[in-house]
Formats: sequence, C-alpha cells, structure tokens
Amino acid sequence: MNKSICLYFQVHQPFRLRTYRFFDIGKNHHYFDEYFNRLILRRVAEKSYLPMNEILLNIIKEHPKDFRLSFSFTGLVLEQMELYTPEVLESFRKLIATGNVEVLSETYAHSLSSLRNNGEFERQVKAHTQKVKQLFGIKPTSFRNTELIYSDEIGERVAAMGYKVMLTEGAKHILGWKSPNFMYTNAINPKLKVLLRNFRLSDDITFRFSQQNWSEWPITAEKMVGWLNKFPEKEEIINIFVDYETFGEHQPAASGIFDFMKALPSAVIKNSPYRFRTPDEITKKHQPVSSIHVPYPISWADEERDLSAWIGNNLQDDALEKLSALSEKIEEVDDVDLKRDWNYLQSSDHFYYMCTKWLSDGDVHKYYNPYPSPYEAYINYMNVLSDFAIRLEEKSPGAAEIMDNVLKNTSKLGKELGKMASKKIQEAEKSVKEKYQQTKAKSKPVFEDIMHLSDAKVKKLIKELEAEQLAVALKDASEEIRGKVIPNLTQKAKKQMEDLQQKMTEIKQKDIQAMRKKVEEKLKNFF
Amino acid sequence: MKILMFGWEFPPHITGGLGTACFGLTKGLVKHDTDIIFVVPKAYGDENQEAVRIVNASEVTINLEIDEEREYWDRVQYMEVGSNIIPYVGPEEFNKVTELEKRASENFKSKVFSQKYEFSGKYGLNLMEEVARYALVGSAIATKQDFDVIHAHDWLTYLAGIAAKETTGKPLVVHMHATEFDRSGENINSDVYAIEKRGMEAADRVITVSNLTRRIVIERYGIDPSKVVTVHNAVDPKEKELSDAEKQIKEKVVTFLGRITFQKGPEYFVEAANKILKRDNNVRFVMAGTGDLLHRMVMRVAQLRIGHKFHFTGFLKGDDVDQMFAMTDVFVMPSISEPFGIVPLEAMRSNVPVVISKQSGVSEILKHAIKVDFWDIDGLADAIYGLCHYQALSEDFIKYGKQEVENLKWEHAAAKVKEVYTSALEDFKNR
Repeated sequence: MNKSICLYFQVHQPFRLRTYRFFDIGKNHHYFDEYFNRLILRRVAEKSYLPMNEILLNIIKEHPKDFRLSFSFTGLVLEQMELYTPEVLESFRKLIATGNVEVLSETYAHSLSSLRNNGEFERQVKAHTQKVKQLFGIKPTSFRNTELIYSDEIGERVAAMGYKVMLTEGAKHILGWKSPNFMYTNAINPKLKVLLRNFRLSDDITFRFSQQNWSEWPITAEKMVGWLNKFPEKEEIINIFVDYETFGEHQPAASGIFDFMKALPSAVIKNSPYRFRTPDEITKKHQPVSSIHVPYPISWADEERDLSAWIGNNLQDDALEKLSALSEKIEEVDDVDLKRDWNYLQSSDHFYYMCTKWLSDGDVHKYYNPYPSPYEAYINYMNVLSDFAIRLEEKSPGAAEIMDNVLKNTSKLGKELGKMASKKIQEAEKSVKEKYQQTKAKSKPVFEDIMHLSDAKVKKLIKELEAEQLAVALKDASEEIRGKVIPNLTQKAKKQMEDLQQKMTEIKQKDIQAMRKKVEEKLKNFF
Repeated sequence: MKILMFGWEFPPHITGGLGTACFGLTKGLVKHDTDIIFVVPKAYGDENQEAVRIVNASEVTINLEIDEEREYWDRVQYMEVGSNIIPYVGPEEFNKVTELEKRASENFKSKVFSQKYEFSGKYGLNLMEEVARYALVGSAIATKQDFDVIHAHDWLTYLAGIAAKETTGKPLVVHMHATEFDRSGENINSDVYAIEKRGMEAADRVITVSNLTRRIVIERYGIDPSKVVTVHNAVDPKEKELSDAEKQIKEKVVTFLGRITFQKGPEYFVEAANKILKRDNNVRFVMAGTGDLLHRMVMRVAQLRIGHKFHFTGFLKGDDVDQMFAMTDVFVMPSISEPFGIVPLEAMRSNVPVVISKQSGVSEILKHAIKVDFWDIDGLADAIYGLCHYQALSEDFIKYGKQEVENLKWEHAAAKVKEVYTSALEDFKNR
C-alpha cells in the first residue's frame, strides 16, 4: 500500500458587489449585495455543502482509518457561513473533529496578493490562520494559494512562512515530459515540497462527469479505480483537487455525482494499492523526486493554467493596480469597517468577472457572475473602489495631522538630541581631560611647572626641600617663578634663603641644574 | 391656425432630443395662437397635453374598404422598405441590433394592412413596418381632422406627412432635427436617405435646426435653398432648482452626457480627460449614456489607467440627469457632427459652464460657451482645466450663460416656425 491518493476540496464564495452607481460615490458606503450573497450561499449549502458533508462523514465512519481528505476554506466563505448558514459551519466542524480531515492554509480573502511584494500576502495568510484556529481550533501546516497560483518565488515565500508543503496545478507546460504523480520540491528552497494536481482525473470529475457526449461517460467508481491501477508502478501520488461546489452544484445531484463519491472510497481501498492521505501525510510517506521549475506563475484556471483569468487585460490591470496602490495606506488605518471592505474587495472573483476571454471558458466565468459583461464588472468595481479610496483618505491621518505629528516629534526629537549631545559633550570633555592628565603624568614635569601648582601645593613642596636646595634651584630663576615660590615661604625660611643666596653667588650653573632636577623629581608627585 | 403635427415620441416617453424639442416647440406655438393635433405612434396616456391634443395612432382603425385609403396606399406602396434600421436606440433595443437581421419581411404587408396595429413607438425591430403603417394612419387621420398646415418631425414621420398632404392637399412642412449623415457618418442607410430626400422634396418648407444642417440639406440632398429655413432650437426654463448639496464629491466633476457613438466624439473626451488627470488629481470625469462605443471607451479608460477617476453611469433620464448636472462643474460636448445639440443648453440652464465643439449647430447661437474643434484634444483639455480651476472664468460663464439660455425661449423659436407656416400657406393660396 505504498501509493497515495490525495483528495483536496476548495470551499470559497466571494462577497459579490451590488450595483454601485456613480451617484453613490461619497454618499453610500454599502458595497455588497447581501441578498444575492446569502441566496447563493444558502443555495450552494443545500445543494452541495450539506449533502456532501454528510456523505463524507459516513465514509469516514465506514473507513475511520483509511479514508482521509483535506479542505481549504477562504476567510470570506467562513465569514459568510457565520452570517448566513451557521449550520453549514457546524457540519464542517463535525467533519474536521473526526481527525481525518486536514485543513489547509491560504489567503484570507482569496486574493491575488501573492503576485505583489508588499507584505499583504503574508498578512492575509496570518489572518487566515487565525480564522481557522478560531473556528476549528487547528493550525494549518500545508499551504494552497488562491486558485492554486504558484511560482518558484511564491513557493519560496510560502516556505519562509514555515510551511512544508504546497499544492499547485500539474500544468502541462511546466511539467513537459514529467508526470504530476510524484512529489517535487521548490526550485529555490528544496525544503518546500510541491504536490501537483492531476488535472486529467480532476477535470474528469469537475467538468466531464455529466458530459454525455464524452466517450468515457459515465464514470463509475470501478472505472476510476481502473484508471488509477493503470498508472505506471513507479507513479505513486495521485492528487485530485477540485472545487467543493463540484458536488451537487456544478455537477447536479441528478448526474449521479453523489453516488459516485459514495462508492469511490471503498472501491479504491478494496481494489487498488492506493491509500487516501492528506498533504501532510504524503510528505511523511514519500520522498520528492526532483525540483520543479516554475519561473512564471501558474494556476488551475481555464485552459491556459496561467493568470489570464484575473490579470492581463486593461480592465483587470487598471483595477488591480488601483487596488494595490491603497495597500500602504490601509496599513496606517485602524478602522474595522475599512479593513473588512479591504478584504472583501481583494477577492480574485472581482477580476475574474472582468475577464474578456469568453471564447474558451465563458461558461465557468458565468458561474454566479452578477454582471452581463466584463465592462459592467469593471465600471461597478471602480465606482466602489473610488468610494473606498475616499473613505480611506478621510480615515488616514490627514495632512494637518501628519504635520502636527512631525512637529511634535521633532521638538521631542530635538530635546532628546540635545540631551544626548550634552551627554556626549560631557563625556568627550571628561575623556579629553583624562587623556591630558595621563599624558601629563607620563611626561616628566619640568621646573617651570611649579607655576601650575596651587599655593598650598607649593608650600607642601617647599617643606620637602631643604632651604639650601631651594636657594640653589631658584638662583637665576625667572621673576615669575620666584614670585610663585617666595611668597609661600615662611618668614624664617625666607630669611634663611636670602642669606644662603647671597653666600652662593659663586654657585656653578651645573649645581643649579642638578638642584632643579631634584625639585623636578619631587614635582612628579604633585600632578 | 391649426396644425396637424406628426411626431415619433412625446414626453415623458423619450429616448433622445426629438421628443423634448417637439414638446418645447408645441408649447411655444400655443403662445402664438396655434392649435396643434399631435400624432404619436403610441400614446401612453400620461403625455403632457397642456399644449397639444395627443392622437394615438395605435387607436386609429383603418377600414380597408374605404376606397380613398386603399387608393392612397396603392400610390405610396412603392415606398415600402424591406429592411429595418435603428437610428436612435434606447438601451433595451441596443442589444437586439443583431437580431434585427433575422426578421423576415413576409408578413410585412399583412401586418401593415390589419385593421388595428399596435405601435411600439420606439426605434426597434419593426421600425420600417411601423413607419409604413404610420403613413397609412397619417392619411386616415388627415381625412378626419380639420387643420391648415401639416408639420412632420424627422424622417420617421415623413411618409405620414406626405400621405396627409396627398390626401388633403394641405401644405407640408418637414422638420430636420438630424440628417442621416449626422446619425451614421458616411455609411448612411440609403433607405432612410431616400425617405428624407423624398420628404423634403415633397415639402413646401423645410425647417433645419442649424445652419450646419441647412448646408447638409442643400448640398447633400439637393434641396432648393429658397425653401430651407433655419430655426434654432431652444430650451425651457427649469422648473425646480436643484441645490448644490446634492454634490457629495470633493473633486471637480466633468461630464459627457449623450449617446456614446462615433458622431458624439466620446473618444476625444476620454483623451482630454487623460491629459488632465496626468497633471491634476482633483478632477473626476463622468461619461453618462450608452451606445455602440461604450465598451471601447471603457477599455480605453482602463488602458490609460484612469479608471479610478473616470466613471460610467449608463443611460440616465429624468431626475438622474438633473442630479448629474447638479454635481457637474464642466459639461463637455465634443461632437464630431451635431445638427443642434440641446444638452449644453440644459447644462447651462442648470448653472453648468460648457465646452462644445465648433462642429455643433448650437455653437452657432451660443456666446458663453468655450468652442473648440472636436479633434483638438489639447484645446479641449485646456478649456476644461480652465473652467475647473479659474473661478473668475467659470463664474462668468455660469452667470452669463444662464442669462443667455434664458433668452433662448421656445416662444421665440415658435414665432419663427409660425412665420414659416404663414409663408407656406401664402404660397399655397397663391398657387
């Protein structure tokens, strides 16, 4: 039982915009069509989420050890469930509580933030983790990006956030001759494992399940197991990644999709070497075969498997640029309503509605699309964004406020600087003094240094010398030095010295020098 | 004097300037001792009848046993046109343009000759059928009504006007609010052109809404200049003043309001907007209306990356138009070809200074409007910027513009129209 099959279901519903007219700008800040959004969520819950959850729960009860699967929920759909269908949230909780379900991490707003390097991506992933923890009590360790968007660089950023494995599309143009049925690693950081969607089997379920003109129709669990068993011996991981709405919504109950899903797990477990594993379990079970190079972003959308469903035409690019331009400002603002709208406005769906490649994938783009054409989608979105920008501008610290802050801070800064400077100056002064003293101490004092002594010290010096010595030393000394020393002599010593000096008129220069040296020796102790 | 007037729409059921002009003109005519029977293809019952008596063509039954009507139809039958065209389209019809081709003309005749016929009174799929039927009704009504002069507005009613003249022998005045060249550029619909030409040839007098249109009528339709008279349109004073409190946007608002079609020059507005927005962030641009160039304009705006400052409102009517003017600081009409152009007058009446193209009929009569060539994007941008930011300039334009427009009364225009009636009647009597 060395082979793995990985089931991963994506659950997402955007907050769709209401018709927001030019006249609403600056006046009405209510952007979202609550009625429509609630209607859709209720409908999808009834037709898909609730019945499918029950089926999955029963399968888990039947195969508590062998059946495992993974989900990811966007923050937006979780919020809508809290608002409109708490029973669905409860049903997911039950499923997750079995311990057989791994919940994956992604961006909170189902956003395209991974395409920009402004910190928004990381912020959203963090916010999503918090939401999942709050609702389900678990911390996701595996990552899937919006619409399975992936590139080497995005993978590296995901690895930097501490994730061990990331899911993406097994797009033909990146795989070439390689098979998606292995585990790969990120090309920049090999610590991040990459799981690739087997798009043939996945799309058989999402798109072709009810296509009666398809040669393989109808698919049964046995047929699917037969295909699984036909893969070469070495190919060990089959990743089936689909939208959860596939079950009951894209493929209606009448197509037999529920019966197929009821029968599939048992058939796989009984008749194939495959075992159901979650992404986290797969990284522990299997070894990567090589790195996979994805220099340009890929996704699971449309035939192109690139970003052209959301970016690339002028409508989309203008809208996304204008949105992204606000990301710095929103960081500075602390306003619950603005932050909420900011999240809702980022979901990739808004840009999906602006897509103009109708020919190949028009049908998928029409799914709950509130707009008759991409132009209306753009016009409406830009009106909303204009109002949002105005609100953001008003909430952002205004120019006057900024100026005030700058001034306040500068005066504060000035004071601080002043304090620091005076401290430094004092320190410098001190060290200069010390240095001076030190050099002074090192260099030998000369006789003339007597001048720098205080009178008290002079008196002390005199005491240490004999009157004769002093008399010799002072002979021929300058008036200044004499003036410094003589007044400090006692009356007695003065007299003695004057007598001596008169007697010593014949004293040789040499003796004077010798005597002065002696005085200098003594002087050392006085500095 | 009694006038039998054929129109295609009447307030409040209007899609373009035609209905508004007819309404203003009839109100003006009443002040000059004129009684008007106004025929529309479809009356809704809530038309403003203060100046006219509305006759609903849908309610006119045709008795095909009556020889004179049968006879008339035999005479006009050759005018039957097999194709459909849409000159002015409202938003509902717009998307259906393509379906147009599908309509078969088989039951054309049987429908036109049925006893009763429900007109849509719009510019839709069965337009030619309706025009033909309207002509038939025109002759039926003419026999039952008492009047001195027949007055037909725009090509849609010309066949009815001709029919009424043929049936009664009364003088016919046709009113050119727009020519096929204004609507379609050089790719004209030859059927429409033919009806226009026939109507003007059959008419005793042709009224054009500007000298620009008069030149087209003479040069491109070959109509005798001596019977072509220009009577410029006017605008009624505003009934209620909208307060400026309606404006909730801090930036200056510059507005284009009209059909988004080639003839209206919307792309020059977009390009001028781009020039201004590259330097001045304190302006928003609005393009109100719809038309076949809407999507191209949206795409261009996105491509220029000015979508955050350039808005589209779709088709506006009634109060929305008033609200739009109340929010507007500068109104722009960069038409490539505009027979008259009544919207700038409405803007000025709402205290909005205007920039108009020299290629519009209205530029012949306005003094307090900045006039530029439609292709001169720099000039357009300069004018818009100036009116946005130089208060002295905009204040003068608002003040004197309003005075100017208030003097352009329909009453005065109607007096000129009445002179046309009188001269047509005199010719008729002297014949």
